[in-house]
Amino acid sequence: MVSMSKIATGNGHGENSPYFEGWKAYETNPFHPIDRPDGVIQMGLAENQLCFEFIKKWLMEHPEASVCTSEGVGRFKETALFQDYHGMPEFRQAVAKFMGKVRGDRVKFDPERIVMSGGATGAHETVAFCLADPGEALLLPTPYYPGFDRDLRWRTGVELVPVICESCNNFQITRNALEAAYEKAGEDGLRVKGLLITNPSNPLGTIMDRDTLKSIVRFVNEKNIHLIGDEIYAATVFKSPEFVSISEVIEEVECDRDLIHIVYSLSKDMGFPGFRVGIIYSYNDAVMNCARKMSSYGLVSSQTQHLIATMLNDHDFVDDFIVESREQLFKRHEYFTWSLSQVGIGSLKGNGGLFIWMDLRKLLKDNTFEGEMDLWRVIINEVKLNVSPGSSFHCHEPGWFRVCFANMDDNTMEVALSRIRAFILKNNESIVPRKLCRRSSLKLSLSRSLSRRIDDFMSPTGIMSPHSPLPQSPLVRART
Amino acid sequence: MEFTRKNSRQLLSKIATNDGHGENSPYFDGWKAFDSNPFHPTQNPHGVIQMGLAENQLCFDLIKKWILENPDASICTAEGIDKFRDIAIFQDYHGLKEFREGVAKFMGRVGGNRVTFDPNRIVMSGGATGANETVMFCLADPGDAFLVPSPYYAGFARDLRWRTGLDIVPVDCKSSNNFRITRAALEEAYEKAQKSNINVKGVIIANPSNPLGTVLDKETTRSLVSFINDKSIHLVCDEIYAATVFGSPRFISIAEIIQDMDCDRDLIHIVYSLSKDMGFPGFRVGIVYSFNDDVMNCARKMSSFGLVSSQTQFLLAAMLNDEEFVGNFLRESSKRLAKRHNVFTKGLERVGISSLKSHAGLFFWMDMRPLLKEQTVKAEIELWRVIINKVKLNVSPGSSFQCSEPGWFRVCFANMDDETVEVALERIRDFVLQGKEKNHASEKSKHWKNQNLRLSFSSSRLYDESLMSPHMMSPHSPIPRSPLVRARN
Repeated sequence: MVSMSKIATGNGHGENSPYFEGWKAYETNPFHPIDRPDGVIQMGLAENQLCFEFIKKWLMEHPEASVCTSEGVGRFKETALFQDYHGMPEFRQAVAKFMGKVRGDRVKFDPERIVMSGGATGAHETVAFCLADPGEALLLPTPYYPGFDRDLRWRTGVELVPVICESCNNFQITRNALEAAYEKAGEDGLRVKGLLITNPSNPLGTIMDRDTLKSIVRFVNEKNIHLIGDEIYAATVFKSPEFVSISEVIEEVECDRDLIHIVYSLSKDMGFPGFRVGIIYSYNDAVMNCARKMSSYGLVSSQTQHLIATMLNDHDFVDDFIVESREQLFKRHEYFTWSLSQVGIGSLKGNGGLFIWMDLRKLLKDNTFEGEMDLWRVIINEVKLNVSPGSSFHCHEPGWFRVCFANMDDNTMEVALSRIRAFILKNNESIVPRKLCRRSSLKLSLSRSLSRRIDDFMSPTGIMSPHSPLPQSPLVRART
Repeated sequence: MEFTRKNSRQLLSKIATNDGHGENSPYFDGWKAFDSNPFHPTQNPHGVIQMGLAENQLCFDLIKKWILENPDASICTAEGIDKFRDIAIFQDYHGLKEFREGVAKFMGRVGGNRVTFDPNRIVMSGGATGANETVMFCLADPGDAFLVPSPYYAGFARDLRWRTGLDIVPVDCKSSNNFRITRAALEEAYEKAQKSNINVKGVIIANPSNPLGTVLDKETTRSLVSFINDKSIHLVCDEIYAATVFGSPRFISIAEIIQDMDCDRDLIHIVYSLSKDMGFPGFRVGIVYSFNDDVMNCARKMSSFGLVSSQTQFLLAAMLNDEEFVGNFLRESSKRLAKRHNVFTKGLERVGISSLKSHAGLFFWMDMRPLLKEQTVKAEIELWRVIINKVKLNVSPGSSFQCSEPGWFRVCFANMDDETVEVALERIRDFVLQGKEKNHASEKSKHWKNQNLRLSFSSSRLYDESLMSPHMMSPHSPIPRSPLVRARN
């Protein structure tokens, strides 16, 4: 028997999580409008596919952005040879500028602090390697992105301690929860080195308000532990309240900047996961220098650096892109959540991300995680949608599901919605109208402009088909 | 690293605060000297010439031509733009099928088409840097060790050890047998490790060798395979210079060797890259090719930490699947490397500097032992500082490759144009000749007679008038009567 490492033979890669089972179901039977109309629709992949026409137009107007065009080939050689782990200066400047614009230019990022990594995946692992020794721990508010189990722990040996967040206060991070987690870690003999927050949140699709962020910064300062802010969904905030970055809060709260680190990426904000553009932005010089040395394990391809540098240094394009992206996400999100509400399905009120945090608690046969898994299997196998069960995000309460909405075209969205409607109506008896509606996060913040937009896409053909008559959802009644 | 708070050190991990990144090695000092004063033929003609960077810059004309003829290889051209979206969202760690096929075919071609590589075994990584680290993470636990024949690539110290917690046990190779890896040396290193309670999990070699520029012969490779098989430890073969072989014997991949040998294939793993063979270090194309399914699957999961940009996968898929282009490229590349290698080594021989006989790699292993004040690492570093600061060449001292004998230097020759080659040669010639004027000739010639100086002269005529460029005949560098030449005569 040939021996391998413990890392290789353990389960630290995390792929036995249900998060990945849904992917596999999708891969064996993927939906296609013509070839496979009964296939599984992928709603478990947080991708941003709504702005490609916009990007393609820019590319056609800027052949110099590629080193393979006649306009750009003069730079092919120097680009192909460029392996300096500092990264191209134009690339760093472009990314720093983009990060600033995404935050409304309320804060400036220093291009000299931009460090590359193999996607956000590589960024998280690198930061963990820099901040913690094997056996030490990071606090992680739940629910959180399942990939963290692998990225932060697998090869680093770092432990994760959950900070429990609950639906009764919309899953916000409270000081009490942080203290409780910190104490529990101590009791378990774990030395906490930092706290990782994802803001905007995956899977919640919400952003943290200023006060919560300030409270978090104070907490890490008092405990002298690091704060890692994963802000990879920063540009996906599509309506108010405005996104507030850690980089802004530290200007307002006295804190030790050596504790502050931001992880960024272009995978979600721009829709370029294939390009593997991960960024570490640390305010701590030692961490920055160490992470830069480690970036050798996952530098951004120089061909891609050149493309991104050209694109993001076009400030007009960037301004227009940010507006366009928000607009598209807003439309898609609002239509999707409204359509669900029409059949009595609510979700956590959110204003960012590429997904919604859907509340299916009332559909559970048992209010347990087994019940959640049962429901999830039904959704995959009968409704033929790959959504992600809350347990795979370490959610403390069963019944929540993350549903991605930005990775498909309008037609596929309609198919998905019709399948949901059909399923709900079939199971109508089991839906218990909840008095909790008013207290819960199912508020539809309908401003006049919003109701006008809803009228825009309430076409008779879409909603009033024989297969899905407009039900009288309690929510709708409450609204009117 | 500077810390602003006295308790900063505790704030970070041990990995972040130790020297495991290896950048305090002299290997990088030379880079820094170059960075602060880089040579430019017109703007900075007295700057430092970079000869410490193993880059392959000789065939970009061929590549540019292909690129302009194949606009559909880019997702940014009118011909390729319709693929942009699919490629931009493609993050499957299996990699693009056409990319894997292209790489597998290329590897097979480079191995002389004597072995076929399976595209489904091709796993990506963040350059060879990422590949080597990933393989170590798969095969060994912190505290375990790998045997590494010396001299070896300076970056191994970081890539194999830094974040993995592994140890390197060097297997010393000696100039007396041209630095060949012997079974005896392997056994000795292995036993020594065992006695110190170090758990050896495998051997890692680079073939062709960096820094030697030599290719492993069949016998040595077979002996190596039988060694690891006997001990049931892994063999990792870094074959990133495979296509830089420009003479004979030809390159033989480990994949070919194991075809005719009885060995446990679960122990065999190849690391590959396009950084050296194609000259694309910026594109970060690292490959892990393991014959062990578990290692392959594990490495593939780990590739998430360093996938190849899909934009780059797409370009290379088109390029490497163009068999005509690949055939032509490999032939031309070998030819040009051979020529450049010849110009340098012959140019140096003329002033009595020899190098290890080699026919691969982007560098040669220069023998400067005759110029050392004493046969110590200290003297080597002193000589090296002179070479950087006075001769203004960044070459890499043998000690940075953990060579057990002082006096050897790795000199890269494929990362510059022909004019810069001439300038570099002239500087070396000047330096050697000046040095010889200072030294006592008798002392040196006695010393040299005892050395195993391999002057691979092909011609008995030392001063071939037709080869003498005006540089050699300038008033500033008269042709001296080199003691070496006298010794030979």
